[in-house]
Amino acid sequence: MSEQSGNPGGAARTRLGVAKTYKLFVGGKFPRSESGRVYEVTDTRGNWLANAPLGSRKDARDAVVAARKAFGPWSGATAYNRGQILYRIAEMLEGRREQFTAEVAAAEGLSKAKAAARVDAAIDRWVWYAGWSDKITQVAGGANPVAGPYFNLSTPEPTGVVAVLAPQESSLLGLVSVLAPVIVGGNTAVVVASERAPLPALSLAEVLATSDLPGGVVNVLSGRTAEIAAPLAAHSDVNAIDLAGADADLAKELETAAADNLKRVLRPADATSDWSADPGVKRMLAFTETKTVWHPVGV
Amino acid sequence: MTVCYARRYAPLVTMPASSPTAPAAPPPAAPPALADATASDAALRRFLHGLPGVDAVGLEARAAQLGTRSIKTTAKAYAIDLAISMIDLTTLEGSDTPGKVRALCAKGVNPDPTDRTVPKVAAICVYPDMVATARQALDACGGQDVKVASVATAFPSGRAELGVKLADTRDAVAAGADEIDMVIDRGAFLSGRYMKVFEEIRAVKQACARAGGGDAHLKVIFENGELSTYDNIRRASWLAMLAGADVIKTSTGKVAVNATPANTLLMLEAVRDFRAATGTQIGVKPAGGIRTAKDSIKYLVMVNEVLGDDWLHPDWFRFGASSLLNDLLMQRQKLTTGRYSGPDYVTVD
Amino acid sequence: MSPMFEYAPAPESRAVVDIAPSYGLFVDGEFREAAGGKSFKTVSPSTEEVLAEVAHAGAEDVDAAVAAARRAFASWSALPGAERAKYLFRIARIIQERSRELAVLETLDNGKPIRETRDADLPLVAAHFFYHAGWADKLAHAGYGPDPRPLGVAAQVIPWNFPLMMLAWKVAPALACGNTVVLKPAETTPLSALFFADVCRQAGLPKGVVNILTGDGSTGAALVAHEGVDKVAFTGSTAVGKQIARTVAGSAKKLTLELGGKGANIVFDDAPVDQAVEGIVNGIYFNQGQVCCAGSRLLVQESVQDELLEALRRRLSTLRVGDPLDKNTDVGAINSAEQLARITELADSGEAEGAERWSPACELPERGFWFAPTVFTNVTQAHRIAREEIFGPVLSVLSFRTPDEAVAKANNSQYGLSAGVWTEKGSRILAMAGRLRAGVVWANTFNKFDPTSPFGGYRESGFGREGGRHGLEAYLDV
Repeated sequence: MSEQSGNPGGAARTRLGVAKTYKLFVGGKFPRSESGRVYEVTDTRGNWLANAPLGSRKDARDAVVAARKAFGPWSGATAYNRGQILYRIAEMLEGRREQFTAEVAAAEGLSKAKAAARVDAAIDRWVWYAGWSDKITQVAGGANPVAGPYFNLSTPEPTGVVAVLAPQESSLLGLVSVLAPVIVGGNTAVVVASERAPLPALSLAEVLATSDLPGGVVNVLSGRTAEIAAPLAAHSDVNAIDLAGADADLAKELETAAADNLKRVLRPADATSDWSADPGVKRMLAFTETKTVWHPVGV
Repeated sequence: MTVCYARRYAPLVTMPASSPTAPAAPPPAAPPALADATASDAALRRFLHGLPGVDAVGLEARAAQLGTRSIKTTAKAYAIDLAISMIDLTTLEGSDTPGKVRALCAKGVNPDPTDRTVPKVAAICVYPDMVATARQALDACGGQDVKVASVATAFPSGRAELGVKLADTRDAVAAGADEIDMVIDRGAFLSGRYMKVFEEIRAVKQACARAGGGDAHLKVIFENGELSTYDNIRRASWLAMLAGADVIKTSTGKVAVNATPANTLLMLEAVRDFRAATGTQIGVKPAGGIRTAKDSIKYLVMVNEVLGDDWLHPDWFRFGASSLLNDLLMQRQKLTTGRYSGPDYVTVD
Repeated sequence: MSPMFEYAPAPESRAVVDIAPSYGLFVDGEFREAAGGKSFKTVSPSTEEVLAEVAHAGAEDVDAAVAAARRAFASWSALPGAERAKYLFRIARIIQERSRELAVLETLDNGKPIRETRDADLPLVAAHFFYHAGWADKLAHAGYGPDPRPLGVAAQVIPWNFPLMMLAWKVAPALACGNTVVLKPAETTPLSALFFADVCRQAGLPKGVVNILTGDGSTGAALVAHEGVDKVAFTGSTAVGKQIARTVAGSAKKLTLELGGKGANIVFDDAPVDQAVEGIVNGIYFNQGQVCCAGSRLLVQESVQDELLEALRRRLSTLRVGDPLDKNTDVGAINSAEQLARITELADSGEAEGAERWSPACELPERGFWFAPTVFTNVTQAHRIAREEIFGPVLSVLSFRTPDEAVAKANNSQYGLSAGVWTEKGSRILAMAGRLRAGVVWANTFNKFDPTSPFGGYRESGFGREGGRHGLEAYLDV
């Protein structure tokens, strides 16, 4: 997104703003699309904002590799540590509140005040999920009183690499609302940003990169949702897929492809999803596996 | 891995696998294959604590599963007679008298006065001062082949000075005991003084020597209920076998927990592994609390499935019991006649 | 005295169960013929004797059953939870009362030993109903919101390895949560589900709440594809599970799948060895190895491999293979000729690929479907028998040197249902349990089940849990 500065020195000449090149976010780095392609991103009125990378199936492949590599350390980190990192993301986002307000306003055609409210909600959502990191196990797990001399404990564990199709309409709050619950429990994510409004997602990657989040935990791709999602849904090393950003036809196609390795599939909610509502625990639990451990009790 | 452990412990010595023979050899030190294990207090401790652990729940589950075997008809008849022939018919009361012991001997030789096909019991088990009486009584009623077993070593607590224990043992042997049931010093064992326990068993074993050659057969009682854990019972088993026990025995019958299927199963595994490691076969005697034919058959099933034929003989497996015999007899009568028997059709002791 | 302690035959009485020559479908509280008039025979796997002829449900029958379940749903779901609970308690009690009959029936139809149906299957079936009965009026406290609602009509397709137990795992939570069900038992083991219909009748369960459709794979396919179904629950092969996942894709049907496995049973050098041997035996020879969570891969630390295998072979020599109705039988018949062929083919591939095959000496009956307990050693990760689910009494033995290697090999599978760890070191157990990607980890034990304990897989072993508080989620609209 381009920006023109004001006239700080009162000097006669107008300074030309420095436009940002938006890039993908894979493995903690910011590569261009492997395909070398970009596509035009406009605001809701059709004004050009930027060229975004048009991610390809090979970008998706690379992102999955990065996410898989990051899964071991991230899922093995302490919940406290993950919680602090998610909170750090909120801190970093707060510091760039103005930038995101402008980006969201342009992306979603909102007034500055409404856009700011969504950014605030997105920041608060990170804070909310940050606090969940060391509680979800207690809420979703527990001891089971089996009829025998056994200690028996069920614990939720992260599913693995999760492909996340970010909501198409809510470029930042919707994105955060689907991404944070995936990673808070230890999953790693390959995010396909909103196709029409990918810029807040690509900027969020810059926040993630400076929040102590290990590279590869979140990977952000922009481009045609259907094109990138298809190889992700069929990928044997992807364990789950969140179809929030897919329409009904695409969702059916992807769910069918996902059956090949029995991915966990979170179907899209209806189109009128209210991303400002209390999210509950459903999205976190959709990407956990309950592991139950038995051990005899005896002296 | 018990066997493996034992083998690794003394890698240089190999023993030929032996076929089971009646225990008649002179008291050995530790079997040669495991001589190192008893070379010092520290070595013995290392060895015993290096034995694989026992998972209590798994052990009990296995014992319970074997307890579900259904032994019917011909198998039951076989098992009942085998069980009778394995009984150490026991009286160990302060109120014992020669009259009581003579009655018990008569019963052991002729368990069912109405049926002479019933086998004799293996032994009569008494206190040392009743050994001579028992021997005479058995000989007098045709029970020359029934052994006399005597508890010794300050039974049941074992709380006496070693000299007293040895004198107790020698007395019993001199009086004609074929078998000595000694108790280990549980206090020493539980406080980790394994070598003391080891040396005491060896000393008692030597005291079992008869003046005229040969020796009385030594059964070593652990009092499993006091050892408390299965790990301890496995260690005690190996300790006693290394020290020269001919038979390892669960308990005195004088404490709350005596023989159980699980602790006996564990001892069966110990003698199995000991033979695999050393070639020496050791017997097992559960005692106390086995009162019904059904229970005794469960024990025989365990012997059958853990150890096999080699141990299914009174030389290698005994029941320390008293009331068990009558239940076996009633079950035997039921098999013979098809009718349930009752207590008036067997003799009171 | 005979020289050996040989157990005389101890057959459980067949007379305790009365099998009719033919059975219809159980729809809307009544038995009826299949609309198409088709039927098929169910045989005893241990003798190949025909036990009964059962109706083969077609599309029309599926329609009727789903419609009956739909009709019943309104009132069943509106019933106070405490009343639903009482029906389930009744069912649990009737199953306990009839457990001997049902155990014999299950043994006849499935081929598994009476010792297992009597001591494992039936007690767990009753326990499952008893446990879920108590949930019916406590769903508000289950962590799924203040008033979680049922889904509607549940289509449930179950396998032949634990016919009645799998029925219980499906039906009990479904009914407790207020759903109605159409259940299709496996083609080769339809009888216990049909007897369960009679249990429902004795319990006074309202008509249409439970419907039983017997048939083959086509019946199951029609059922899960039916538009009137709100929930699909399937236990069976991963291949069929994937097909069902494709079928329900794009629909609103909630899906849970409990599929195949290739469980690793990991034995360290400090394991409690005698119990580990029992755990290995129980892990792979329980139910003839026809268990999705079987410990079919033994991973043994190289330092104790020889000793452990020696102990294992010695133990296997005491396994008693034969007449499933004999109370002393440990290993019964394979469920079907088809399954026997699959086991045989995979075992042969093990030999062809260079693994070493061993079985204890055992005489197999001439009639029926039998496979001797088998151990393959010198197996590597590259062998088919180390990767594919055999679903039979065949153990593949692999070795490892370090805990890291054990974890890597155990997790190197598309499945993730179960795993076992044997070591006396507590911290190692916890570390291993954390790193194994499996839904159930049995440490120093194996193949333990309980209605309070959630069961289900990672990865291609399926998704969703059965049992425990977690299992309710599959039958609630949350």
